[in-house]
Order: sequence, then structure tokens, then C-alpha cells
Amino acid sequence: MLAESLALSAVLFTIGAVGVLVRRNAIIIFMCVELMLNAVNLSFIALSKVYGMAGQVFVVFVMTVAAAEAAVGLAIIIAIFRHRQTVNLGNINLLKG
Amino acid sequence: MPNFFYEVHFYLFGLIAIASALAFVTRKSPVAAALWLVNTMASLAALYAMLEAHFISVIQVLVYAGAIMVVFLFVIMLLNLGHPSDLADARGRWGKLLAGLLGLALLAQVMALAGTRLPEPFTPGGDYDPNVVRELGAVGSVAQPLFNEYLLAFELTSVLLLVAIVGAVVIGRRRRIDAR
Repeated sequence: MLAESLALSAVLFTIGAVGVLVRRNAIIIFMCVELMLNAVNLSFIALSKVYGMAGQVFVVFVMTVAAAEAAVGLAIIIAIFRHRQTVNLGNINLLKG
Repeated sequence: MPNFFYEVHFYLFGLIAIASALAFVTRKSPVAAALWLVNTMASLAALYAMLEAHFISVIQVLVYAGAIMVVFLFVIMLLNLGHPSDLADARGRWGKLLAGLLGLALLAQVMALAGTRLPEPFTPGGDYDPNVVRELGAVGSVAQPLFNEYLLAFELTSVLLLVAIVGAVVIGRRRRIDAR
């Protein structure tokens, strides 16, 4: 089941990456990043059966980082929404030349 | 060892995960997208359990599908974004085409990487031993390396979480205008 798991992980990662490229809603882009992290977690779990338990330990670390990233990122989105009344990344173009 | 019953359910949950991920990316409404993402994570938790990572499977449901997605839904509710936005959410036709091509290229690359012969384990069979897992249990087999070899990384994680909590509170705090 190792090859199937890695293929599924690749497909899910690609869907997340395309979602980041296609969508403009900042919250949905954040959720796409979470989907990519989940795809990488699946690779870790699948490989941990071959290479040892370290893979599952790293999944715990990835989940911790994902939780921290979600908390800070959503706080930033709320702060942006207070200023601009939108989360559409097409309208947040302060740094555009 | 993987019998027919096992394989059918493995492919079933894999297909559910892919279909839910596709639905998640294409939904207009943020709430519907978030719920499809919860579905993806639940089927991934089932896959983790089938890959004999039982503790990670439970944590996936508790932390990802439970805590993190609730925070996302809470922010969507707080900002009143539940309805599909009247502005164009997705990019234009050329943007979609370009994103699709980039996605296909990325998929081809990752598939080629996944298809290559994997390097031999450093120690035969790694340290994954079904007897050890049976002896320590699903939690103990993860805790054993976590609190021995990776103890420093584990402690640094606590600092990361503290920084994230303080940062989220400071950024999300509502400043009074007359405070500055």
C-alpha cells in the first residue's frame, strides 16, 4: 500500500497547490495550505512503516506547526478585515507597484 | 497480509479523500468548502488507522477536524463571510488554465519522485517492529521516540506554541483609536 499512499499524497498536494493558485479568498487559501500539510502527513505515515516510527513523531510536529500557523494566520486575516473590510486578495494590493 | 477487504476500503477512502478535496477547491461558499475539507481530513484519518498509525489517526480527528477547522469556521462566522462573495472569487480563465497546467506539471514531478525506487532503510525494517508496537501500545510506540530522541524538538515546540499564542492575541487585539 506504500505506492498507493504516496500517489494519493501527491494528488492531494497538487489539489491544494492548484487551490492556492486559483482562489482569491484568503481563508480558503489558508485551508488549501492545510490540505497540503495533510498530504505531506500521509507520506510521513506511509513511509513510517518502512523507515521507523520517526515518521509518526514528525507528523505530531507538523500538526503543532499547523495549529500555530492557523492561529497566527487567522489573527492576521481578522486584522486585515478590520482595515479593508475584505478578505479578497485581489483587493489587498498595497505592495503592488 | 493486505487482503481484498483491506484493499477495497483503502481505495474507497482514498477516492473519498480526492473527491472531497476537489469539491473543497471548487465550492464558492467558504462554509461549504470548510465542511468538504473536514470530510477529506476524516477520510485521511481512516487511512492513517489502516496504515497502523492509530494514535495519529485519533489526533487527526481531534486536532485537525476538531480544533483547527472549528477555528476556521469560527473566523468565517465572525467576519460574516458565509455567503458566496459577489466579487469573483476564482481567477479568470487564463489564470485557471495556467494554474491547471502548473498543477499537472507538479503532479507529474511528484508522481515521478514517488515512483522511483526508495532507498533502503538505514536499519533493516527500520525500528518499526510489530512486537514493540503491540507491547507499548499505539500511544507508547509514538511516545517512546518522541520523549527520548526528539525531546529537544518537543520542548522547542512548546516555545513555538507560546509565541503563536502571544502573537495571535497581539495581532488580533482590537486597538483603541485614542491609544496612540
